[in-house]
Amino acid sequence: MNWWTRAFCPAGLPYDPQQPVPDSAFWHFLPIDLIAIVIKMLVVFTVYMVGVAMLTLAERKISAWIQDRHGPNRVLKGWGQPLADGVKNFMKEETLPKIVNRPLFLLAPALSFIPALITWAAIPFGAPLPTCWGRIDMVLANLPIGYLWVLSISSLGVYGIVFAGWASNNKYSLLGGLRSSAQMISYEIPLGMSMIAVLILTGNVSFSEIVRQQTWGWNVITLTLGCFIFMVSAFAENNRLPFDLPEAESELIAGYHTEYSAMKFSLFFIAEYANMVTQSAMIATIFFGGWSMPGLDGPPWTVLKWALSVAVFLGKVLFFLFVFMWIRWTLPRFRYDQLMSLGWKVLLPLSLSYIVIMASAVLGLDVLGIQHGWLLSLDLFVLNIVLMVIVFLVIDRGRLVSPASARVRAAELARLRAVAKVERPVEV
Amino acid sequence: MGIGVKVLERPTEEVSYVRAMISGLGLTFKHMINPHKVTVQYPEVRSTISPRWRGTHRMLTTETGKAKCVACGLCPTVCPANCIKLVPGEDEQGNRYPLVFEIDEFRCIFCGYCQEVCPEEAIHVGRHYENSEYSREGFVYDLERLIAQTHPVCEMWDPADPKGE
Repeated sequence: MNWWTRAFCPAGLPYDPQQPVPDSAFWHFLPIDLIAIVIKMLVVFTVYMVGVAMLTLAERKISAWIQDRHGPNRVLKGWGQPLADGVKNFMKEETLPKIVNRPLFLLAPALSFIPALITWAAIPFGAPLPTCWGRIDMVLANLPIGYLWVLSISSLGVYGIVFAGWASNNKYSLLGGLRSSAQMISYEIPLGMSMIAVLILTGNVSFSEIVRQQTWGWNVITLTLGCFIFMVSAFAENNRLPFDLPEAESELIAGYHTEYSAMKFSLFFIAEYANMVTQSAMIATIFFGGWSMPGLDGPPWTVLKWALSVAVFLGKVLFFLFVFMWIRWTLPRFRYDQLMSLGWKVLLPLSLSYIVIMASAVLGLDVLGIQHGWLLSLDLFVLNIVLMVIVFLVIDRGRLVSPASARVRAAELARLRAVAKVERPVEV
Repeated sequence: MGIGVKVLERPTEEVSYVRAMISGLGLTFKHMINPHKVTVQYPEVRSTISPRWRGTHRMLTTETGKAKCVACGLCPTVCPANCIKLVPGEDEQGNRYPLVFEIDEFRCIFCGYCQEVCPEEAIHVGRHYENSEYSREGFVYDLERLIAQTHPVCEMWDPADPKGE
């Protein structure tokens, strides 16, 4: 028994480390569960914000490496860059144009930042930690409605951008805000729809349950196509390349944050990265097993298991953050009609039919008596591979980035070619 | 797309987004892990500049340390940016020398005509480019400062290939 145990865990506490902390658990008249939640909040918030700051550095470094450059390497070998950026942003002049709608203009940065932060509350980030007061779950709020919570809160993120665009009283900002509202509302539908397949398979909307369910194979294996739809929609929800039309430097100057400066601009920037972290965590939780890894699931819970699971979760999130950046520095921006046609004409019907297919598959397998387990995962995996092949064969025929107008039939093409031949000036 | 715009059928491999995306991701990843970076770490490492580089001016001096300039007035005449200010003077022996010789490096377009026109090979443009200042006035170089410059001067042509062939 070390000093820590002696000081904080007096012998004779009647609590079981493997069971949740009882509501009546008090230690020196302090409510244990409340303290645990406050500590979790502080730790998660700190890690999250520092992580977001370091992400700006990571983005610049990765973009530099991809472009054969070194990236920021001056302030403390580059590690101090986020700090220097922060200091710069606090020192900069805050511009507040006279013609803006002040309340909304000031509110918008916060509105775009807060939803990203709140969403995080429902995401489990580690195996439960056994303590002498009882088991402490590694989730800020173990909501029984995790999925609904995440969808409803992340939909609020569009308000920040729309308010910013409208309140700025600037045509570029307004266009950015308009585009963003159209884009985010369009892609929210496939985002939510692709998760419904997960819910069908899990039979629950709580994230803890979704993570627990994936001990029989990650959802990316059982629901590959759903994962694909989710990831594409997540990119679009995030307003990141190749879907960064709300900003579109070359067309809209900076889109909705044209009129913002200093820390208010910075808050939009932070919001983008915070959203990225949240989306990565969502992808990791819903489709890649969250904090679980083969060998880490299930009781009895130990401290080692807890530490490993947190590390596994962080690793997965970091990997998806890297994918976000990798894709950003690879793909060019979609045209607006391509974006809309991808959302409404490809992803929406795809996710709708996917729900139907997966629901019938799960129901059919259930009728056949196949319970949750390896066999079910394997069956669904085979089904998904077939679906993926079909979808990619269709998408790969140039329909994804084809313009909205009609294509030409072969006969029409021959006629056009004939016209072109006649009209071509005679070569002398 | 406007009404009536026709889109021609192109081969799948030309219009495939998925294949292009995958090969693009591969390319960027290859560049990311490539240790060869093209950035020059500027203050520590400097890229070599051409012997014909036309930068900050420099006034050459005689053995006695006086400016070679004889205040003939050719350089302010030829200067297209009108950035050279020259007030000629004459000493007791009748030798002309510049009373005031100022070059506004801010106006200068670094064409090098002054060096080319100078009969005494006194004023030169130099192989030098770090001339930042805290004020606009700081960019007006007087004679003293032009003499004090030590950087190598521009070779207007390559000695090995004087005709530029």
